[in-house]
Amino acid sequence: MGVAAAIGLGTTWIALTRGIAYGGVTIGAWTAWPKNGTPGIDPYAKAMMARTGELPVGSGDGVAFYAREDDAGQGLDGRCDVLVSGITPQARFWTLTLYDPQGRLVANSMQRQGFTSQQIIRKSDGSFDIVIGPRARPGNWLPTGGVEKYVLVLRLYDTPIGVATRTGREAPMPAISKRACQ
Amino acid sequence: MRLALWLLGALLLGGIVHLATVLVLPTLASQDAYARVSAIAPVNAVIAVPPPTPEKAVMPFMDPAFAMSVCRYDLSRGALKFSVPISQAYTSVSFYTRSDVAYYAINDRAAGRRVIELDLMTAAQRADLPENEEITAADRLIVTSPTNTGLIVIRALVPEEGWLASARGALAAAQCRLQ
Repeated sequence: MGVAAAIGLGTTWIALTRGIAYGGVTIGAWTAWPKNGTPGIDPYAKAMMARTGELPVGSGDGVAFYAREDDAGQGLDGRCDVLVSGITPQARFWTLTLYDPQGRLVANSMQRQGFTSQQIIRKSDGSFDIVIGPRARPGNWLPTGGVEKYVLVLRLYDTPIGVATRTGREAPMPAISKRACQ
Repeated sequence: MRLALWLLGALLLGGIVHLATVLVLPTLASQDAYARVSAIAPVNAVIAVPPPTPEKAVMPFMDPAFAMSVCRYDLSRGALKFSVPISQAYTSVSFYTRSDVAYYAINDRAAGRRVIELDLMTAAQRADLPENEEITAADRLIVTSPTNTGLIVIRALVPEEGWLASARGALAAAQCRLQ
Protein backbone atom coordinates (compact mmCIF):
# COMPACT_ATOMS: atom_id res chain seq x y z
CA MET A 1 0.00 0.00 0.00
CA GLY A 2 2.72 2.39 1.00
CA VAL A 3 4.78 1.45 -2.03
CA ALA A 4 1.76 2.01 -4.29
CA ALA A 5 1.09 5.44 -2.80
CA ALA A 6 4.75 6.35 -3.16
CA ILE A 7 4.82 5.26 -6.81
CA GLY A 8 1.58 7.10 -7.60
CA LEU A 9 2.37 10.35 -5.84
CA GLY A 10 6.00 10.24 -6.94
CA THR A 11 5.17 9.90 -10.61
CA THR A 12 2.54 12.65 -10.32
CA TRP A 13 5.08 14.95 -8.73
CA ILE A 14 7.67 14.21 -11.40
CA ALA A 15 5.16 14.64 -14.23
CA LEU A 16 3.97 18.00 -12.91
CA THR A 17 7.32 19.52 -12.01
CA ARG A 18 9.36 18.32 -14.98
CA GLY A 19 6.91 19.80 -17.43
CA ILE A 20 5.80 16.62 -19.11
CA ALA A 21 2.88 17.43 -21.37
CA TYR A 22 1.56 15.88 -24.53
CA GLY A 23 0.80 17.47 -27.86
CA GLY A 24 3.78 19.79 -27.95
CA VAL A 25 5.17 21.24 -31.19
CA THR A 26 8.95 21.47 -31.09
CA ILE A 27 10.73 23.62 -33.66
CA GLY A 28 14.46 24.00 -33.05
CA ALA A 29 14.96 24.95 -29.41
CA TRP A 30 11.34 26.09 -29.07
CA THR A 31 8.32 24.15 -27.90
CA ALA A 32 4.69 25.25 -27.85
CA TRP A 33 1.56 23.48 -26.61
CA PRO A 34 -1.15 25.11 -28.74
CA LYS A 35 -3.71 22.64 -27.38
CA ASN A 36 -3.29 24.14 -23.91
CA GLY A 37 -5.20 27.17 -25.15
CA THR A 38 -8.25 25.07 -26.06
CA PRO A 39 -10.82 22.97 -24.17
CA GLY A 40 -8.81 19.97 -25.43
CA ILE A 41 -5.98 20.66 -22.95
CA ASP A 42 -4.62 17.36 -21.62
CA PRO A 43 -5.01 16.49 -17.91
CA TYR A 44 -1.27 16.76 -17.23
CA ALA A 45 -1.01 20.27 -18.64
CA LYS A 46 -4.16 21.24 -16.75
CA ALA A 47 -2.78 19.92 -13.46
CA MET A 48 0.54 21.63 -14.13
CA MET A 49 -1.11 24.99 -14.74
CA ALA A 50 -3.25 24.58 -11.61
CA ARG A 51 -0.03 24.09 -9.68
CA THR A 52 1.93 26.98 -11.16
CA GLY A 53 -1.01 29.38 -11.36
CA GLU A 54 -0.48 30.52 -14.93
CA LEU A 55 -3.14 31.09 -17.56
CA PRO A 56 -2.57 29.57 -21.01
CA VAL A 57 -2.76 31.81 -24.07
CA GLY A 58 -6.17 31.21 -25.67
CA SER A 59 -5.95 29.71 -29.15
CA GLY A 60 -7.97 32.56 -30.71
CA ASP A 61 -5.46 35.00 -29.20
CA GLY A 62 -2.06 33.51 -29.93
CA VAL A 63 0.47 30.82 -29.15
CA ALA A 64 3.48 30.75 -26.80
CA PHE A 65 6.79 29.04 -27.63
CA TYR A 66 9.13 28.23 -24.72
CA ALA A 67 12.90 27.73 -24.88
CA ARG A 68 14.95 26.55 -21.89
CA GLU A 69 17.96 25.44 -23.91
CA ASP A 70 19.89 26.65 -26.94
CA ASP A 71 20.05 24.82 -30.27
CA ALA A 72 22.94 22.69 -28.95
CA GLY A 73 20.82 21.51 -26.03
CA GLN A 74 22.65 23.50 -23.36
CA GLY A 75 20.61 25.28 -20.70
CA LEU A 76 20.21 29.03 -21.13
CA ASP A 77 22.66 30.71 -18.75
CA GLY A 78 22.34 34.41 -17.95
CA ARG A 79 26.09 34.73 -17.44
CA CYS A 80 26.69 33.97 -21.13
CA ASP A 81 25.89 35.87 -24.31
CA VAL A 82 23.21 34.12 -26.32
CA LEU A 83 22.28 35.10 -29.85
CA VAL A 84 18.67 34.76 -30.98
CA SER A 85 18.61 35.31 -34.72
CA GLY A 86 16.45 34.74 -37.74
CA ILE A 87 12.81 35.32 -38.46
CA THR A 88 9.54 34.47 -36.78
CA PRO A 89 6.43 32.75 -38.12
CA GLN A 90 3.64 34.83 -39.58
CA ALA A 91 1.88 36.87 -36.90
CA ARG A 92 0.45 40.37 -36.54
CA PHE A 93 2.60 40.96 -33.45
CA TRP A 94 5.04 38.96 -31.40
CA THR A 95 6.75 39.45 -28.05
CA LEU A 96 9.93 37.89 -26.67
CA THR A 97 10.20 37.78 -22.87
CA LEU A 98 12.85 36.53 -20.44
CA TYR A 99 11.72 34.83 -17.22
CA ASP A 100 13.37 32.89 -14.45
CA PRO A 101 12.43 29.16 -14.41
CA GLN A 102 9.46 29.91 -12.12
CA GLY A 103 8.01 32.43 -14.59
CA ARG A 104 9.03 35.60 -12.77
CA LEU A 105 10.47 38.56 -14.65
CA VAL A 106 14.18 39.14 -14.01
CA ALA A 107 15.34 42.43 -12.51
CA ASN A 108 18.00 44.40 -14.41
CA SER A 109 19.33 47.94 -14.61
CA MET A 110 17.48 48.65 -17.88
CA GLN A 111 14.06 47.58 -16.56
CA ARG A 112 13.80 45.65 -19.82
CA GLN A 113 12.30 42.18 -19.72
CA GLY A 114 11.60 41.66 -23.39
CA PHE A 115 10.91 43.05 -26.83
CA THR A 116 7.87 43.42 -29.01
CA SER A 117 8.04 42.95 -32.77
CA GLN A 118 7.88 46.74 -33.17
CA GLN A 119 10.83 47.48 -30.89
CA ILE A 120 13.30 45.31 -32.80
CA ILE A 121 15.95 46.74 -35.10
CA ARG A 122 15.92 44.58 -38.23
CA LYS A 123 18.36 43.93 -41.04
CA SER A 124 17.44 44.85 -44.61
CA ASP A 125 16.07 41.36 -45.28
CA GLY A 126 13.72 41.59 -42.31
CA SER A 127 15.64 39.19 -40.09
CA PHE A 128 16.97 40.23 -36.70
CA ASP A 129 19.71 39.54 -34.16
CA ILE A 130 18.96 39.81 -30.47
CA VAL A 131 21.84 39.43 -28.01
CA ILE A 132 20.79 38.17 -24.60
CA GLY A 133 23.50 38.58 -22.02
CA PRO A 134 24.69 40.22 -18.82
CA ARG A 135 26.61 43.13 -20.41
CA ALA A 136 25.22 46.03 -22.45
CA ARG A 137 25.41 45.66 -26.23
CA PRO A 138 24.56 47.96 -29.11
CA GLY A 139 21.51 46.94 -31.12
CA ASN A 140 18.88 44.58 -29.73
CA TRP A 141 20.17 43.76 -26.27
CA LEU A 142 18.09 41.87 -23.74
CA PRO A 143 19.72 41.96 -20.28
CA THR A 144 19.77 38.79 -18.17
CA GLY A 145 20.59 40.39 -14.85
CA GLY A 146 23.23 37.65 -14.56
CA VAL A 147 20.76 34.93 -13.48
CA GLU A 148 21.99 31.38 -13.71
CA LYS A 149 19.00 29.93 -15.55
CA TYR A 150 16.29 31.54 -17.59
CA VAL A 151 13.45 30.75 -19.96
CA LEU A 152 12.65 32.57 -23.20
CA VAL A 153 9.04 32.83 -24.28
CA LEU A 154 8.19 33.91 -27.82
CA ARG A 155 4.49 34.67 -28.13
CA LEU A 156 2.82 35.08 -31.50
CA TYR A 157 -0.43 37.03 -31.57
CA ASP A 158 -3.07 36.82 -34.28
CA THR A 159 -1.25 34.05 -36.06
CA PRO A 160 -2.15 31.07 -38.25
CA ILE A 161 0.26 28.98 -36.13
CA GLY A 162 -1.73 26.72 -33.84
CA VAL A 163 -2.94 23.20 -33.17
CA ALA A 164 -2.51 22.21 -36.83
CA THR A 165 1.14 23.31 -37.01
CA ARG A 166 3.63 20.46 -37.15
CA THR A 167 6.91 21.51 -38.71
CA GLY A 168 9.45 24.30 -38.89
CA ARG A 169 8.63 24.90 -42.54
CA GLU A 170 5.26 26.28 -41.51
CA ALA A 171 6.76 28.07 -38.53
CA PRO A 172 10.36 29.27 -39.01
CA MET A 173 11.57 29.97 -35.47
CA PRO A 174 14.74 31.97 -34.72
CA ALA A 175 17.95 30.09 -33.93
CA ILE A 176 19.40 30.22 -30.40
CA SER A 177 23.19 29.95 -30.14
CA LYS A 178 25.55 30.43 -27.23
CA ARG A 179 28.47 32.82 -27.54
CA ALA A 180 31.09 33.87 -24.97
CA CYS A 181 30.57 33.34 -21.26
CA GLN A 182 31.69 35.60 -18.46
CA MET B 1 6.72 -15.31 -7.40
CA ARG B 2 4.82 -13.96 -4.45
CA LEU B 3 7.01 -10.85 -4.35
CA ALA B 4 6.56 -10.29 -8.08
CA LEU B 5 2.79 -10.36 -7.63
CA TRP B 6 3.01 -7.88 -4.79
CA LEU B 7 5.17 -5.62 -6.91
CA LEU B 8 2.77 -5.84 -9.82
CA GLY B 9 -0.10 -4.99 -7.50
CA ALA B 10 1.79 -2.04 -6.10
CA LEU B 11 2.58 -0.79 -9.61
CA LEU B 12 -1.05 -1.04 -10.69
CA LEU B 13 -2.29 0.67 -7.55
CA GLY B 14 0.44 3.28 -7.98
CA GLY B 15 -0.78 3.91 -11.50
CA ILE B 16 -4.31 4.45 -10.23
CA VAL B 17 -3.08 6.83 -7.52
CA HIS B 18 -1.09 8.70 -10.16
CA LEU B 19 -4.02 9.14 -12.53
CA ALA B 20 -6.40 10.05 -9.72
CA THR B 21 -4.10 12.74 -8.34
CA VAL B 22 -3.47 14.24 -11.79
CA LEU B 23 -7.22 14.46 -12.42
CA VAL B 24 -8.19 15.70 -8.97
CA LEU B 25 -5.36 18.18 -8.45
CA PRO B 26 -6.85 21.02 -10.56
CA THR B 27 -9.99 21.06 -8.41
CA LEU B 28 -7.96 21.19 -5.19
CA ALA B 29 -5.40 23.79 -6.27
CA SER B 30 -5.62 26.85 -4.05
CA GLN B 31 -3.10 28.93 -5.96
CA ASP B 32 -4.35 28.46 -9.51
CA ALA B 33 -4.94 31.44 -11.76
CA TYR B 34 -8.62 31.73 -10.82
CA ALA B 35 -7.78 31.82 -7.12
CA ARG B 36 -5.02 34.39 -7.70
CA VAL B 37 -7.33 36.65 -9.70
CA SER B 38 -10.15 36.20 -7.18
CA ALA B 39 -7.94 37.77 -4.55
CA ILE B 40 -7.99 41.09 -6.43
CA ALA B 41 -11.16 40.98 -8.55
CA PRO B 42 -14.77 41.51 -7.46
CA VAL B 43 -17.52 39.52 -9.19
CA ASN B 44 -19.05 40.71 -12.48
CA ALA B 45 -16.93 43.85 -12.78
CA VAL B 46 -13.85 44.78 -14.80
CA ILE B 47 -10.71 45.45 -12.83
CA ALA B 48 -7.17 46.26 -13.99
CA VAL B 49 -4.52 43.67 -13.20
CA PRO B 50 -1.28 45.30 -12.02
CA PRO B 51 1.51 44.86 -14.60
CA PRO B 52 4.04 42.15 -13.66
CA THR B 53 7.35 43.25 -12.13
CA PRO B 54 10.36 41.15 -11.04
CA GLU B 55 9.18 41.57 -7.43
CA LYS B 56 5.52 40.91 -7.86
CA ALA B 57 3.10 39.43 -10.36
CA VAL B 58 -0.44 38.14 -9.99
CA MET B 59 0.44 35.09 -12.11
CA PRO B 60 3.68 33.57 -13.43
CA PHE B 61 4.56 33.97 -17.12
CA MET B 62 2.47 37.12 -17.66
CA ASP B 63 3.38 38.99 -20.86
CA PRO B 64 4.73 42.39 -19.70
CA ALA B 65 4.04 43.91 -23.14
CA PHE B 66 0.31 43.95 -22.40
CA ALA B 67 -2.05 46.00 -20.29
CA MET B 68 -4.51 43.56 -18.75
CA SER B 69 -7.89 43.65 -17.08
CA VAL B 70 -10.13 40.85 -15.87
CA CYS B 71 -13.80 40.26 -15.21
CA ARG B 72 -14.43 37.42 -12.78
CA TYR B 73 -17.89 36.35 -13.74
CA ASP B 74 -20.72 34.49 -12.06
CA LEU B 75 -23.64 33.63 -14.31
CA SER B 76 -25.79 31.99 -11.62
CA ARG B 77 -28.07 35.05 -11.50
CA GLY B 78 -28.23 35.72 -15.22
CA ALA B 79 -26.34 36.30 -18.43
CA LEU B 80 -23.59 38.87 -18.80
CA LYS B 81 -23.11 41.70 -21.28
CA PHE B 82 -19.52 42.41 -22.16
CA SER B 83 -17.92 45.14 -24.26
CA VAL B 84 -14.51 46.70 -24.78
CA PRO B 85 -13.40 49.30 -27.35
CA ILE B 86 -10.34 48.14 -29.28
CA SER B 87 -7.03 49.90 -28.71
CA GLN B 88 -4.65 51.14 -31.40
CA ALA B 89 -2.44 48.09 -31.62
CA TYR B 90 -3.97 44.76 -30.68
CA THR B 91 -6.76 43.84 -28.31
CA SER B 92 -7.91 40.36 -27.33
CA VAL B 93 -10.56 38.92 -25.05
CA SER B 94 -10.03 35.39 -23.70
CA PHE B 95 -12.48 33.28 -21.72
CA TYR B 96 -11.48 30.75 -19.07
CA THR B 97 -13.57 28.31 -17.05
CA ARG B 98 -13.43 28.05 -13.27
CA SER B 99 -10.60 25.53 -13.75
CA ASP B 100 -8.56 27.86 -16.02
CA VAL B 101 -9.40 26.10 -19.28
CA ALA B 102 -9.35 28.54 -22.23
CA TYR B 103 -12.60 27.84 -24.06
CA TYR B 104 -12.88 30.89 -26.30
CA ALA B 105 -10.80 33.85 -27.42
CA ILE B 106 -11.40 36.63 -29.89
CA ASN B 107 -9.21 39.47 -31.09
CA ASP B 108 -9.96 42.87 -32.58
CA ARG B 109 -9.48 41.74 -36.18
CA ALA B 110 -11.81 38.76 -35.76
CA ALA B 111 -14.39 41.07 -34.17
CA GLY B 112 -14.09 43.34 -37.21
CA ARG B 113 -15.26 46.57 -35.60
CA ARG B 114 -14.26 49.28 -33.15
CA VAL B 115 -15.90 47.59 -30.17
CA ILE B 116 -15.79 43.93 -29.15
CA GLU B 117 -19.30 43.29 -27.86
CA LEU B 118 -20.83 40.01 -26.75
CA ASP B 119 -23.23 38.22 -24.45
CA LEU B 120 -21.91 35.54 -22.12
CA MET B 121 -24.28 32.89 -20.85
CA THR B 122 -24.52 29.27 -19.79
CA ALA B 123 -25.92 26.62 -22.14
CA ALA B 124 -29.15 26.57 -20.11
CA GLN B 125 -29.57 30.35 -20.37
CA ARG B 126 -28.96 30.17 -24.09
CA ALA B 127 -31.60 27.49 -24.48
CA ASP B 128 -34.06 29.75 -22.66
CA LEU B 129 -33.60 32.61 -25.14
CA PRO B 130 -36.90 33.43 -26.86
CA GLU B 131 -36.79 32.14 -30.40
CA ASN B 132 -39.01 34.71 -32.04
CA GLU B 133 -36.74 37.65 -31.35
CA GLU B 134 -34.31 38.68 -34.03
CA ILE B 135 -31.52 38.28 -31.57
CA THR B 136 -29.79 35.65 -33.61
CA ALA B 137 -28.80 38.45 -35.98
CA ALA B 138 -25.21 38.22 -37.10
CA ASP B 139 -24.17 41.27 -35.11
CA ARG B 140 -24.95 39.68 -31.77
CA LEU B 141 -22.15 37.45 -30.62
CA ILE B 142 -23.14 34.93 -27.97
CA VAL B 143 -20.47 33.03 -26.06
CA THR B 144 -21.50 29.98 -24.05
CA SER B 145 -19.64 29.34 -20.82
CA PRO B 146 -19.23 25.68 -19.82
CA THR B 147 -19.20 26.70 -16.14
CA ASN B 148 -21.21 29.17 -14.04
CA THR B 149 -18.08 30.99 -12.96
CA GLY B 150 -14.88 31.85 -14.77
CA LEU B 151 -12.66 34.62 -16.03
CA ILE B 152 -12.76 37.05 -18.93
CA VAL B 153 -9.25 38.32 -19.59
CA ILE B 154 -8.99 41.52 -21.63
CA ARG B 155 -5.57 42.42 -22.99
CA ALA B 156 -4.29 45.36 -25.00
CA LEU B 157 -0.79 45.28 -26.48
CA VAL B 158 1.66 48.10 -25.79
CA PRO B 159 3.99 47.55 -28.77
CA GLU B 160 6.10 50.61 -28.00
CA GLU B 161 6.40 53.08 -25.18
CA GLY B 162 3.90 55.82 -25.72
CA TRP B 163 1.11 53.42 -26.59
CA LEU B 164 0.41 52.62 -22.96
CA ALA B 165 -2.20 55.37 -22.55
CA SER B 166 -4.21 54.10 -25.52
CA ALA B 167 -4.09 50.52 -24.25
CA ARG B 168 -5.06 51.47 -20.70
CA GLY B 169 -7.78 53.78 -22.00
CA ALA B 170 -9.41 51.00 -23.99
CA LEU B 171 -9.31 48.63 -21.03
CA ALA B 172 -10.67 51.29 -18.67
CA ALA B 173 -13.76 51.54 -20.89
CA ALA B 174 -14.40 47.78 -20.76
CA GLN B 175 -17.69 46.72 -19.20
CA CYS B 176 -19.07 43.47 -17.91
CA ARG B 177 -22.39 43.43 -16.11
CA LEU B 178 -25.45 41.29 -15.62
CA GLN B 179 -28.19 41.84 -18.19
